[in-house]
Amino acid sequence: MMDSDLSPQDKKDLDKFIKFFALKTVQVIVQARLGEKVCTRSLSSPTGSDWFNLAIKDIPEVTHEAKKALSGQLPGIGRSMCVEISLKTSEGDSMELETWCLEMNEKCDKDIKVSYTVYNRLSLLLKSLLAITRVTPAYKLSRKQGHDYVILYRIYFGEVQLTGLGEGFQTVRVGVVGTPIGTITLSCAYRTNLAFMSTRQFERTAPIMGIIIDHFVERPFGNMGHMRPCNYRAPGEDEGAYNGVEDSQEVCTTSFSTSPPSQCVFTVSKAHLKTPKPAVMDTLKVPMMGLAFSHQLYCSRLSYQPPVLVGAADFCHPSTLNAANPHQMGIPGKEGGVPQQVPVQPCHGAQAEHGRVSSCPPADHVPATPSSSGEGAETLSRSIEVKGVSPCDVLETTFTRKVGAFVNKPGTQVTTASLDLPFAAFAPRAYDLEENDPMVQPPESPATSSPLQGSLHSQGSGESGGPAQDDFVMVDFKPAFSKDDLLPMDLGTFYREFQNPPQLASLTIDVSSQSMAEDLDSLPEKLAVYEKNIDEFDAFVDTLQ
Amino acid sequence: MNCRSEVLEVSVEGRQVDEAMLALLHTILLHRSTGKFHYKKEGTYSIGTVGTQDIDCDYIDFSFVRVSSDELDRVIRKAVGEFKDAMGNGTDGMGQISLEFYQKKKSRWPFSDECIPWEVWSIKVNVVNLANEQERQICREKVGEKLGEKVINIVEVINQHEYLPKMPTQSEVDNVFDTSLKDVQPYLYKITFQITDTLGTSVSTTMRRLIKDTLAL
Repeated sequence: MMDSDLSPQDKKDLDKFIKFFALKTVQVIVQARLGEKVCTRSLSSPTGSDWFNLAIKDIPEVTHEAKKALSGQLPGIGRSMCVEISLKTSEGDSMELETWCLEMNEKCDKDIKVSYTVYNRLSLLLKSLLAITRVTPAYKLSRKQGHDYVILYRIYFGEVQLTGLGEGFQTVRVGVVGTPIGTITLSCAYRTNLAFMSTRQFERTAPIMGIIIDHFVERPFGNMGHMRPCNYRAPGEDEGAYNGVEDSQEVCTTSFSTSPPSQCVFTVSKAHLKTPKPAVMDTLKVPMMGLAFSHQLYCSRLSYQPPVLVGAADFCHPSTLNAANPHQMGIPGKEGGVPQQVPVQPCHGAQAEHGRVSSCPPADHVPATPSSSGEGAETLSRSIEVKGVSPCDVLETTFTRKVGAFVNKPGTQVTTASLDLPFAAFAPRAYDLEENDPMVQPPESPATSSPLQGSLHSQGSGESGGPAQDDFVMVDFKPAFSKDDLLPMDLGTFYREFQNPPQLASLTIDVSSQSMAEDLDSLPEKLAVYEKNIDEFDAFVDTLQ
Repeated sequence: MNCRSEVLEVSVEGRQVDEAMLALLHTILLHRSTGKFHYKKEGTYSIGTVGTQDIDCDYIDFSFVRVSSDELDRVIRKAVGEFKDAMGNGTDGMGQISLEFYQKKKSRWPFSDECIPWEVWSIKVNVVNLANEQERQICREKVGEKLGEKVINIVEVINQHEYLPKMPTQSEVDNVFDTSLKDVQPYLYKITFQITDTLGTSVSTTMRRLIKDTLAL
């Protein structure tokens, strides 16, 4: 009778293959939903660290989350590893889009060669996964994320749950690989009914706060549902319970034998430890563009912050909860962004959202003009009536709004409770009389010491100026390439007359002198005006899109 | 040995022919390419790493994954370009492009080596002409969905794990794999096509495109 039990070496190898296959599967799925195109290089010489002979990058955070979900176990019969992809809008509504399942059934293939055939078939299955992840509906959605919604992922282990996919969901099988201990199957169940769910399932909450952000903000690095404290243990220490298979430090050096297959030589060596132990805080600095979370809306619209989900526990299926909250990812395809280091928040869910907010990056950005968006006005009003649903007091979040280039205003430290509007001078004030409007009646030009200044219609020319506002004294001015005799107003005259224009009125207003109370008081009036002009704003926003 | 044969059919607009063919051919080749083999002593070998990249189509709402090999991409593009030229510009028509994976079997002198196909993929293309931009927009989406279905079909077939050539020894590797590329190693393949004009009669302009000049004696 043929001994159909696996040799210990084969068992060990098979476990390792399954483990790394699971990790690579998660990487492929998550990377396909980041919203960016993936590109890796082919290498003719193996480096020893590319599992299944495929160049699939390992995003450390994703690996970490996957290992956390697995908790030292392997996908097996009755224990499936699932990656759930969902969509979350700027208003806080969520919808599950698809669930990828790595399962094992009892059908064994005892005769198959582990270190050869199984390995190659797992490699083929990963290639199929690469192809199929671009074909399901969620791919297109994920490529367009950023503006109105983001794509989240969640990894869990145990029983597959497909109830969140709505009615009529479709299933596509990516492939199967038989092994001596069972048949590995990889499939995807995806939602077909993309009509948006109302929020009966989750309590709708107002955005936690509005932050005025516009084009130039750099995306904070915020893929995290949780933030990790600095003393977080490296993933390798989590697997004490699991014997034999080491963590991702292990590299795969495979040699294959050609003839006959029974002489397969398979070596897995830990010798080439090129990857350092991933520490979470380090990984957050990894310049993975795709992981940067963009939570802003463009130009003048107020940004949302993903609201605290009061039903967060429900959303996370507590029965199987091992990992936890959805992890956010995505970046609008067109814009670049450098992930920023996330501040440390050792808490989950809402507080993680909070944490992300406080990582508002120290980037230059020009504050958006509120007058161009009616929607912004609404969001602003909502943000004023913040409901304190978060365990953390999100109103306490502070951020530093840096001033963009070419703006002559000092940086202002503001709290989110005091959303003083940028370009306040431009905001139409109902109570302002036209006489006082600096735009209508420009203030008098500052007196200048040069007799040639001041008058915009001066026809004089050729006179040398007295002591100008600058340090140097212009004795005689002969601009290059200009001729004196052609026009009454020549280049030199023009230059002299317009040399020291008066300051723009808006730039001389000292915003910091306004008190918070005044700002808050003036807001309702401003909002009333915006609402009146809502059509105009909408039309303007349409032209931007 | 029976050669497995699969047929895929698509209907596309004229300007979508290139991308549709590239998408399907590259998807198949992704599964039928390995890293470069490096043979060592004692009959063992190691395999290089295959990289992948996402390609967005311009005329179709579709993205696909191909092997990261510019050389391979050039070869496939050239073949698809010839196919498209043969199909003609702007006219309705039907054609078929075939991707055939084969093994070479050395024969004794004076007979030349045999090429034994083990898997043939035939992509039947029906080219339509559209009247206005709205139809083209609908066509973009529809063809994108169709190509998605075809990718799923391809993956289904490949995952049946039917015949694959045995891994060759160093001396035999050129009989199984195309080792001419620097970075990846697809199974030996050839791309051929034939065009049918709108009347349905088969115009016998079958062009053979040999990647390896095996037929010269």
